[in-house]
Amino acid sequence: MTRASTVVIAGAGQAGFQAAASLRERGFEGRVVLVGDEPTLPYQHPPLSKTYLMGKMERAALRFRPEAFFVDHDIEYRAGSRIEKIDRSAKQVGLQGGEVIGYDHLILALGARNRPLPVPGFELDGVVQLRTVDDADALRGCLDKGGRIVVIGAGFIGLEFASVAAERGADVTVIEAADRPMARVLSKEMSEYFRAAHEANGIRFVFGATAAKLTGGGPRVEAVEAGDGQRFPADLVLVGIGVIPNTEIAAQAGLATGNGIIVNEHLTTDDPSISAIGDCALHPNPYAASGMIRLESVQGAVDQARCVADCLTGHPAPYQSLPWFWSEQGALKLQIAGLTQPHDQIVVRKAAQGEKEGMSVFCFRSGRLIGVESVNRPLDHVLARKLLAAGGETPTPEQVASPEFELKSWIKA
Amino acid sequence: MPNVIFVNSKGSRKSVTIETGTSVMAGAVENGVDGIVGECGGNAICGTCHVYVNPDQLSLLEPIADDEGATLEIVAAERRSNSRLSCQIAMKPELDGLIVETPEYQI
Repeated sequence: MTRASTVVIAGAGQAGFQAAASLRERGFEGRVVLVGDEPTLPYQHPPLSKTYLMGKMERAALRFRPEAFFVDHDIEYRAGSRIEKIDRSAKQVGLQGGEVIGYDHLILALGARNRPLPVPGFELDGVVQLRTVDDADALRGCLDKGGRIVVIGAGFIGLEFASVAAERGADVTVIEAADRPMARVLSKEMSEYFRAAHEANGIRFVFGATAAKLTGGGPRVEAVEAGDGQRFPADLVLVGIGVIPNTEIAAQAGLATGNGIIVNEHLTTDDPSISAIGDCALHPNPYAASGMIRLESVQGAVDQARCVADCLTGHPAPYQSLPWFWSEQGALKLQIAGLTQPHDQIVVRKAAQGEKEGMSVFCFRSGRLIGVESVNRPLDHVLARKLLAAGGETPTPEQVASPEFELKSWIKA
Repeated sequence: MPNVIFVNSKGSRKSVTIETGTSVMAGAVENGVDGIVGECGGNAICGTCHVYVNPDQLSLLEPIADDEGATLEIVAAERRSNSRLSCQIAMKPELDGLIVETPEYQI
């Protein structure tokens, strides 16, 4: 990319914002256009289901950078707009409203959208999902009223929301199709830890149940009916059943897509002038058992944005960052280092007597350590990240199980 | 409102007014202090708001909590005895005039 080049970034979430910032940080002198579909300055999403939802954080504190940053760094931010069409032969994008912008490189940071619940009654008032700051504001208002809340889906978002709702005094029931919380991402032992902790805080779980319909006498939801006929009265229903990556404009432009926009190890699509990063990118990942993976995380968004900025400023290197994740659910801080699924062996390490409570689950596949899940043990998490990212020798299950085991001794200085 | 003085690794200083209750990281980001990234938004999890606090003023700060202490293990620049995560320093009137040095790199 030269001084005369234009990089257009489609999507101004964590990945899109970071790509713009990193291009400037690495000295890119061309034009940077960042297109976001929300009217606000780019902002952080993780607090929306945590501190912001609790009312402990102001809206202005969510944004990544103040307006002056975009001016100072010459980032053209197009708020409240979206790219509707990619013309690859002309290397142009068409924005909502008709504007056409030419690009030398296009970065797709399109994110994902909430998966709708495909049952009757999903459109009723009081049935909500959480993605944007406006969603969170609406939910904050609802939580002020207390009442009976049914959460559909015991994933990160559902349980973060349930924790806040319970803490704010609501009567909370969580309905989950699997037999345990966060089954897709956690070991059984860690799931169990969270189930017990949430139940102790008054949250009720109904496992192995799916919502068959949402009912209401008027326009407002009154209950969730499960497939087996059980009925759960509700003043508010939060649906958190995962996301769908936004791949449509890429597919329409003839780019390869699957469960995401397919990219190579440099995060480039099959068109060398187009990259995809963040929640929408299905990328080769050295830590993924399946080879290709799509990550929904701050880490993925940020590191992929940096990888593409490096490529575009003359320092191409394959994307191979260690994935890590976190979730805050009430007083519990869950942290995951590495991709722990699927694993075939675990070793659980609990707090020794006199130590603070908490637990780490070391996950192994074919005898090799692939990741560590921790709750309220932040040192285990950061040391595991360091160890796994280094790619060197890792402890065996027997070594981790030994009472003398110390993760720190495995870190090479 | 209290002021914090940021000194970068080359010695250049920038004084920033930060509201009481706001973290030093958030104040830095809002005022365009270059040496502070704050990638995780203040969760003490990424280690990109690492600062070296003027040793004479260290005792004014709250002690290092478990999560901050853990993340200080993985900061990019050298961890020193006066290393802190600026997202975990909430401004208060007594901290007026706090001097923090930003490391050469955060990533």
